[in-house]
Amino acid sequence: MTKKLAIIASKGTLDGAYPPFILASTAIALGFEVKIFFTFYGLTLLKKDLSLKVSPLGNPAMPMPVPVPSIVQVIPGLEWFATWMMKRKLKAKGVASVEELRDICVESGVELIACQMTVDLFDFKHEDFIDGITSGGAATFLEFAGDADTTLYI
Amino acid sequence: MSDFDVELDTSGMNCPLPVLKARKALSEMSSGQRLHLIVTDLGAKKDIPAFCKMTGNTLIDTNDQEGKIHFFLEKG
Repeated sequence: MTKKLAIIASKGTLDGAYPPFILASTAIALGFEVKIFFTFYGLTLLKKDLSLKVSPLGNPAMPMPVPVPSIVQVIPGLEWFATWMMKRKLKAKGVASVEELRDICVESGVELIACQMTVDLFDFKHEDFIDGITSGGAATFLEFAGDADTTLYI
Repeated sequence: MSDFDVELDTSGMNCPLPVLKARKALSEMSSGQRLHLIVTDLGAKKDIPAFCKMTGNTLIDTNDQEGKIHFFLEKG
């Protein structure tokens, strides 16, 4: 019987985008059926134009070239710099881009579900999202997760 | 060194790309054919055997040389 993986993606940062797409694409390669439910900030991962960022603010574990005190991290441009640094590192280390992993998920049949309540809440428009996604609510997710072998909240 | 039908070099690629590329290559091969997979991602040492175990493909041989890991997989 096919194994099932159910994921809730709730984060919309560059670093938060990796775990759901890495696990989903790998699970498909291992023969799982996979559905990801995108809720709250996770919904931004379904936008056509991904301008994801990572911030050292409130994230003391983020490796920085020099220690940056919290009070300095509010300076405009620091988030841009941290994002640029992270993207450069990801590329140098041969890590796929979020766009690339998301494309693989779409092509290989991961079902991407937009949380309809959050779409309404944030006044997002369906034309802002990539093609091939579905939408649904808590019951849609739980129907699948109820039978899933692995369920993750990320 | 085992014989193989298809060679796939994923040098420089990191998790999960070697597994995803291996899956794609195997999907274009027929049962019994062998894939020579070259990987530099250290996590693949455990990932490729796990992939084989879960997908019914057989890991024939593994050898580690000069920072590159060579896997020989037979499609199930």
